Amino acid sequence: MTIAFYLASAVAIAATIMVITRRNVVHALLYLILSLLAVALMFFALGAPFIAALEVMVYAGAIMVLFVFVIMMLNLGPAGVAQERAWLPPRMFVGPAILAAILLADLLVLLAGNPASAGQPQVVAPKAVSLALYGPYLLAVELASLLLLAGLVGAYHLGRREPKKEND
Amino acid sequence: MTEPWRSLVVIVGVLAIALLVIMAQVWLERRIIARWQDRRGPNRVGPFGLLQLIADVIKLFTKEDWTPPFADRPVFVLAPAVVMTAGMMSFAVIPFAPTIGIVDLNIGLLFFLAMSSMGVYSVVLGGWASNSKYSLLGGMRAAAQMLSYEVFMGLSLAGVVALAGSFSLRDIVEAQRHGWFIVPQALGFVVFLIAGIAETHRLPFDLPEAESELVAGYHTEYSSMKFGMFFVGEYVGIALVSAMITTLFLGGWLGPWLPPLAWFGIKTFFFMCFFYLMRGSLPRPRYDQLMAYGWKLMLPLAMLNLLVTGAFLAAR
Amino acid sequence: MPIYSALRSLWHVFKHTFRRPITVQYPEERPRIPPRWRGRIILSRDPAGGERCVACYLCSAACPVGCIALQAAEDEHGRRYPAFFRINFSRCIFCGYCEEACPTRAIQLTPDFEMCEYDRQNLVYEKEDLLISGPGKYPDYDFYRVAGVAVGVKDKGAGERELPPVDVRSLLP
Ligand code: SF4
Ligand code: SF4
Repeated sequence: MTIAFYLASAVAIAATIMVITRRNVVHALLYLILSLLAVALMFFALGAPFIAALEVMVYAGAIMVLFVFVIMMLNLGPAGVAQERAWLPPRMFVGPAILAAILLADLLVLLAGNPASAGQPQVVAPKAVSLALYGPYLLAVELASLLLLAGLVGAYHLGRREPKKEND
Repeated sequence: MTEPWRSLVVIVGVLAIALLVIMAQVWLERRIIARWQDRRGPNRVGPFGLLQLIADVIKLFTKEDWTPPFADRPVFVLAPAVVMTAGMMSFAVIPFAPTIGIVDLNIGLLFFLAMSSMGVYSVVLGGWASNSKYSLLGGMRAAAQMLSYEVFMGLSLAGVVALAGSFSLRDIVEAQRHGWFIVPQALGFVVFLIAGIAETHRLPFDLPEAESELVAGYHTEYSSMKFGMFFVGEYVGIALVSAMITTLFLGGWLGPWLPPLAWFGIKTFFFMCFFYLMRGSLPRPRYDQLMAYGWKLMLPLAMLNLLVTGAFLAAR
Repeated sequence: MPIYSALRSLWHVFKHTFRRPITVQYPEERPRIPPRWRGRIILSRDPAGGERCVACYLCSAACPVGCIALQAAEDEHGRRYPAFFRINFSRCIFCGYCEEACPTRAIQLTPDFEMCEYDRQNLVYEKEDLLISGPGKYPDYDFYRVAGVAVGVKDKGAGERELPPVDVRSLLP
């Protein structure tokens, strides 16, 4: 399991690097999907199969399909690649890279501080997840559902057909 | 036998038999649909035309494997591989009999749903990478159609999960020892069946292909074995959905007298034939109709099913 | 969703499981082909054995795709016949108009449909390919015995349902 975890992490990192350096949007998206799959595998290796499955279903399976769908609808082609090239010269990466390095250092310091925290992974069954969600985190679930409801209403409003104007 | 060897043998065996069944389906479908159309179907190559399949495979292999110069090459090659991989992966969680099955994940059902949502990519990317308008239209239809029907597919299974109290397919089968779920979950069964057809984009819901409007839809530009993979992938989907219906609603391997594997085979075969029957008799709906059925009929039905099941469980 | 009609068509199609196929195993098992089937074209002879075709060009004119070519000639009795008669079967649509147009029932369509060739040129049939030795579908019909000029088959006025020619120079009734 440890090997699987590190392998998946390596794939996730590599894929994510590819995501931000690709010029072709669809290729970038493909790498993003790959990265999400790798993250799902990491969850699985850490003993959270439920989250892993949801990660694949919701992120890699549903949300990314929508992304691909929209990109396909725009059908950018070579013009899009050229634009990407113009907008993304290497020096654009300097700022984010510095910020990310600070974060990394932060993480390393934290990890060095208490090395014993990474305990042995234990498998979390779907039932435990549900009990946690509808027990201590009930408020968060309700808030999220409220957010979704707002999204639903908004989508309905945007997609609604205008009533025909009476011509009098 | 030691444990790793045993699982290796099981994996290879299950994959080989699954592939064989899937290939045999091509022949079976042609024969059965021929029967329903008062024809005879393939009966020349070998006894009952059984070797027709091998002839077809040889033909596919020896055809020119052409990648159009305007296609996006890596994605073009990737797309047909995804459909096969995602389909075959799902077979890992299916319990064929009490002791036969590759793994028994405690999230087996979710694994199946996740893999079927991966299958969408093959069609969508195939359509996009071909870089031709028919393929693109097919891919876009596929994306919208499969994404929508996936929603009801998951929802329709929620009732089954609630009744069985587990995502593990083995537990779900065991929970049906005193009555198949098709009775209490009739609504969920219907929704899952229809969503399954839409998910495998088989007739009558083959709008991504729609040969009478889009040439061949998302695989217009594919030839040779790449086309073959799409083609076989469709049959993988049929076998998979049939096996899932059997497992989830018809008690899987459970049944009197016959050995468990035989029961599983018979039930799965029945649903495969039902798929062929649909293909042989129903016209293709219009695209907006398809979407309307999905969101205005299937979604409420699935919700209702879940609500009633939940109320029933709470009352008990 | 038209659920009822969908279920009904499923049932109707399913019922065909118990029907016999209506197709036949073609090369071994032959379908029954009606005698007036419009297949390979032949040129027939009259009961006496002479060529029926009088090279009138009517079939050639009637042919919608223009695939009949012929050349008229006359023998020593003045009887017309085609010097060559050519049908290009790669263009023929087997409409049967030629048979309808023919006044002598020379050109006829037959129930033979197996005329595949690997070479397109082989589908051009010459007169020796077309001409058969019998009268075809009309065994007793002989154009020159019913009508037509004297070309050595019969004398003037000796045809069926034909009166001898009136001697316009005589006063007798
Ligand atoms: S059957 Fe029709 S097309 Fe053929 S030769 Fe006769 S007239 Fe021409
Ligand atoms: S085949 Fe008949 S129609 Fe044609 S030229 Fe001869 S007599 Fe005339």
